[in-house]
Amino acid sequence: MNPTVDALRARFGGAIMRAEVVWSETTVYVEAARIAEICAWLESDPSQSYEYLSDVTAVEYRDGVRPIEVVWHVRSLKHRRFLRLKAEIPKDGSTPLRVPSVHGVWKGADWLERECYDMFGIVFEGHPDLRRILMWEQYKEGFPLRKDFPLRGRFSRSEQLKQALAANPEARYSMEELSISDAFEDLPADMRQRLTNEKVGE
Amino acid sequence: MGLIAKPEHAGAESVASVSYSPESQEGWVTTRLDMLVNWGRAGSLWPMPFGTACCAIEFMASAASKFDLARFGMERMSYSPRQSDVLICAGRVPFKLAPVIRRIYQQMLQPKWVISMGACASTGGMFDNYAVVQGIDTIIPVDVYVPGCPPRPEGLIYGIMMLQQQIKGERMSDTALRDELMPDPKSQLYIPPERIDELSEPFGNSVNQTRSAP
Repeated sequence: MNPTVDALRARFGGAIMRAEVVWSETTVYVEAARIAEICAWLESDPSQSYEYLSDVTAVEYRDGVRPIEVVWHVRSLKHRRFLRLKAEIPKDGSTPLRVPSVHGVWKGADWLERECYDMFGIVFEGHPDLRRILMWEQYKEGFPLRKDFPLRGRFSRSEQLKQALAANPEARYSMEELSISDAFEDLPADMRQRLTNEKVGE
Repeated sequence: MGLIAKPEHAGAESVASVSYSPESQEGWVTTRLDMLVNWGRAGSLWPMPFGTACCAIEFMASAASKFDLARFGMERMSYSPRQSDVLICAGRVPFKLAPVIRRIYQQMLQPKWVISMGACASTGGMFDNYAVVQGIDTIIPVDVYVPGCPPRPEGLIYGIMMLQQQIKGERMSDTALRDELMPDPKSQLYIPPERIDELSEPFGNSVNQTRSAP
């Protein structure tokens, strides 16, 4: 059992629920609402110093009864420890699928939380730029890794293709990245404004 | 022939075909010129390696010393589509990449050909799911399909040689050859999109995977 568990219980008390050790890896179940302050303490406190966020992901079980778990994998390089934090969100509709974002603690959570949002639909409150990352931004079929999402997607193949071709992959590029100026008209209006007003290098 | 010709080509001749009537048969000069031009094109196909996944490794292996692509004139890989002749799509193409590959194909200059290398580029391969395009021929016109997962370099080279044969069979009197034609709804060969959707219903194991979990 990772010694952090006792330290967490001492510090946060009721927010820490059960802890288990599986294959020598410790998993701690915590309250979803307090995850941000728990992570902030884990990262800043010198006796814990979990300075590396490995992954943010989610688990949905097939039986339809167990709650969705949002998982954080954190590592302490200084103390050579690994900890898995899990927050359970019941699927019965009583709780919205939202958890606080840990972007303020670890900047690496940026894309990790975007991926978790894209695949599971979990909204990370406080994330600066929560949009889809693996699927295109206007993807309308849903959240692919949910258990009620069929493998081949919800729309027909020709509909998927039509929507994919209508997506504009260059919408957020800067002028330096766009080597073809004929995509300029496709940019959003505020971006066009900004690019024409700013001095563009090269 | 099932395709709508451009107005300037929909003349007295039949659409997108070579007329074999004796009056319009090509003379000695045009056939020699055809041979020269096609020999030049087939012998120096500059590939644009659109390698997305594992097939790209096999493409690199084909280009390397043991199965040399330089003997086909293809050693000069151009990553700019504007300087390439043949787009070799090696690897699976996700839906997110679909507008990109279409844009790259549109940027290539005529004459251009497409080789779809591997199972994923030809039909989606083993990835019959929400993210992978089920064959790039749904997005761009393909000339040669090379099956395999991944195809051996000999297989890819066979596909390239097949493309070379196809190029040598082109004739300059076939004016509509390089046009990109739209399907003609009035033709007997036309299949409406809804029917294509029916036909592309899943089979095999993926039959169980179109419905949601219980």
